[in-house]
Amino acid sequence: MQLTVWTYEGPPHMGAMRIAASMRDVHCVLHAPQGDTYADLLFTMIARNAKRPPVTYTTFQARDLGGDTAELVRRTLRDTVERFQPQALLVGEACTAELLQDQPGALAEGMGFDIPVIPLELPAYTRKENWGAGETFFALVRGLLRGRPVPERGNGAPKANLLGPTALGFRCRDDITEVTKLLDSLGIEVNVVAPAGASPMDLLRLPEADFNVCLYPEIAHDSCAWLERMFKQPFTRTVPIGVGATVDFLREVGGLIGGDPAQAIAAAQTRLPWYSRSVDSTYLTGKRVFIFGDATHAIAAARVATEELGFDVVGLGTYAREFSREVRAAAEKYGVEALITDDYLAVEAKVLELAPELVLGTQMERHIAKRAGIPCAVISAPVHVQDFPARHAPQMGFEGANVLFDTWVHPLMMGLEEHLIAMFREDIEFNDEAAPSHLGPAATRGGAEARADAPAGDAPADASDDDLTWDMDAERELRKIPFFVRGKARRNTERYARERGLATITIETLYDAKAHFGR
Amino acid sequence: MTGIGNTSAPADADQCAPARVGDELPLLRERGQRQVFCGLAGIVWLHRKIQDAFFLVVGSRTCAHLLQSAAGVMIFAEPRFGTAILQDRDLAGMADCNDELDRVVAELLARRPDIGTLFLVGSCPSEVIKLDLDTAAERLSREHEGRVRILAYSGSGIETTFTQGEDTCLTALVPEMPASDDPALLVVGTLPDVVEDQFRRLFEQLGIGPVHFLPARQAGELPPVGAGTKLLAAQPFVGDTIAALGKRGAELIAAPYPFGIEGTRAWLGAAADAFGVSQGKVDDVCEAPIARAERGLSRYRQQLGGRRISFLPDSQLEIPLARFLARECGMELAEVGVPYLDRRMMGAELELLPRPERLSEGQDLEVQLDRLRADRPDLTVCGLGLANPLEAEGLTTKWSIELVFSPVHGFDQAADLAELFARPLNRRARLAF
Repeated sequence: MQLTVWTYEGPPHMGAMRIAASMRDVHCVLHAPQGDTYADLLFTMIARNAKRPPVTYTTFQARDLGGDTAELVRRTLRDTVERFQPQALLVGEACTAELLQDQPGALAEGMGFDIPVIPLELPAYTRKENWGAGETFFALVRGLLRGRPVPERGNGAPKANLLGPTALGFRCRDDITEVTKLLDSLGIEVNVVAPAGASPMDLLRLPEADFNVCLYPEIAHDSCAWLERMFKQPFTRTVPIGVGATVDFLREVGGLIGGDPAQAIAAAQTRLPWYSRSVDSTYLTGKRVFIFGDATHAIAAARVATEELGFDVVGLGTYAREFSREVRAAAEKYGVEALITDDYLAVEAKVLELAPELVLGTQMERHIAKRAGIPCAVISAPVHVQDFPARHAPQMGFEGANVLFDTWVHPLMMGLEEHLIAMFREDIEFNDEAAPSHLGPAATRGGAEARADAPAGDAPADASDDDLTWDMDAERELRKIPFFVRGKARRNTERYARERGLATITIETLYDAKAHFGR
Repeated sequence: MTGIGNTSAPADADQCAPARVGDELPLLRERGQRQVFCGLAGIVWLHRKIQDAFFLVVGSRTCAHLLQSAAGVMIFAEPRFGTAILQDRDLAGMADCNDELDRVVAELLARRPDIGTLFLVGSCPSEVIKLDLDTAAERLSREHEGRVRILAYSGSGIETTFTQGEDTCLTALVPEMPASDDPALLVVGTLPDVVEDQFRRLFEQLGIGPVHFLPARQAGELPPVGAGTKLLAAQPFVGDTIAALGKRGAELIAAPYPFGIEGTRAWLGAAADAFGVSQGKVDDVCEAPIARAERGLSRYRQQLGGRRISFLPDSQLEIPLARFLARECGMELAEVGVPYLDRRMMGAELELLPRPERLSEGQDLEVQLDRLRADRPDLTVCGLGLANPLEAEGLTTKWSIELVFSPVHGFDQAADLAELFARPLNRRARLAF
């Protein structure tokens, strides 16, 4: 048993639902009890899908367990195929049904449907959502294409499949547009995008492409590897997030089709490099950043953070154990130890310990950062409704790089603004008690100043701690330090004092500690 | 653990067998796919209400994911609920489930010294593998005696539907309640604190007392129960709790539920009768709040009057709310669907309920949606999984889950309750597209 308060991933059948909900003309039957239908709301509420996910649940109850749950499965399968008439049927079971061992997949295969039936093995007690999504997509690709001949290629423009974008993935909708543009700049046509928007008939056309773009390895890697073996389709290893990776991607693709990407690279439009070199960005230099997410986005973010924004990566991790090797290798490059965990509380503890200046994470790290008063930007699933913006906001390609610059730098700027507000609070016009002058003399102190006053982790590290005391002058000096680094300054100074057996912290101690720890 | 089993059992063999409520209203009984939460979802409001309790679900990753998703607003603070996720080695018998549970509970209690009561909450997988949480709770209670009270109940989807999870939780508290045969009123079912305080004041003005509430805000402050206890149900889904309290000598006061002016007046009136307080006194006490509620309701009557509404089965609040909307707001009832019809708890409501076009119990989702599309009501009350897709089909919807979380009981919330139904119609009317 594992004690869990919040989870980064749902169960593996949730991954199967994401594949079904991404596609057209596919239906999924899940052997599951009442209550498991909760998962529908993630699609309809978080992603605002106008359609229910194409998933039917058997909804067995306690009183069915003594009887024939297999017959319930058969009835559900029959009704579902008749009502929805899908081109292919996925059949799986949720955690409780796995214990019943009705084997709904085998039952479905024996029912003589005239459509392909894809039985799913989704071990709920060992695997999780992303694995389930990858496995379901692979089962579908393999089930539909096994034994098919390798088609003739090489006539007309080169063609590529974009594999991996799914419902509830991070910004997949907009990434598809950007990667399609990148391929177009090399004269390459998109053959099929899958699973997002594809039908089973579309999947049958996958082998017609010259190569596959593995957009999200969590979902598409196994399928890409199989297609390479079966249909001699090479696939890309570079995920084009950030300017450098996008250029590398164009080169890699150029290599796959025997073309020269130089012209496309020269014609690329992106503001990130100039914005990053412009002098106002000096402020970004060496910002300490903590990165956590799925493997693809976390690894990519670390590269952008260091090479393209000049940050220091102080922590890098993932909840995706399947990709721990890749993340460990990346972390080694930045001289940090990878944090591989799906324990939210362990991530929180790490953030508090490292006290970074920026957190790049999932919605869950956003909440950690908010509580700790640290600026944060979201880079990865699990997603929330905010991660489906109305505007075009890709992560990939050159436009994606522009989006990264804006969304990562903006929270830091907000932090700077708060600092300026706090700095000015001694000023006669801007002090804590004064209301903004444009509101007139009758106005009283409002919310903004109260916010600037809010303790941002600068309270004593441990109130019940030893007999270490700050003298009045030192305490006043500490207040002059920007609030977002004040907590760290306090902790470092206290550590310094403790290590030297000092009972009282003076202004001298504060600056001695500053010199000792440096930046 | 009881649940669906002791309510009226749907006809399994004949899926649409007509049955009858009272003498005249045919009941459509259905079974098939249900789009309803399981009882675990009750933890979302129970943990807010009972502030010194922790809810530990013994289940799967699905349970943890459900709780996180049903909570809707993910705040990711350290919550007073969690899941002990069963893993392969627990199922393969490599690890004794009870040893594992003991380890997890010890770990949790070490982390959270503030916990006064720990609920072990059964789930679908824990019930299928027959992990006996009642016995585990007894064993752990002995182990941690004096430190924490440990109880068990079922929130599993194979046993409970959505709000029934509160019923099973409260039922587990009943044996823990101290005995007292002194006369007292016990209000059963979670109410928001603000509503509880309003009712407390009204009962005081009526001269009814002492008044206790179940659940109490602190699990450690359980109200007494005995032969002198009169029960007033604040929520329609606490049938098993009422039955368990009945076995301790308490007696249920039959009444409609305190939604709207009429329901609240009748609810208070029934309590007054049981305590020998005259209806004249009730009229006096209720006069000012009723006048206030009338003023608040009048504008929504105009917006809601003559509009047709359908309820998909969800929280068990469907019948009382349909009664309020029809009798006090002038709405017309198309289909009123309930997860299960508990006649013990719905008698007074069914007497008041204007005849809907259809009353249904249970669910066969696709078939019910076909009927809904044919009915085309002006407003459909449904769960979060269905709301946006139905909006996309041109239907106007109201999320049912808000009705469980918001303060909607009593005189002073009558207008707020009506507004929850008027808002989607209002929004539809404002938008240019």
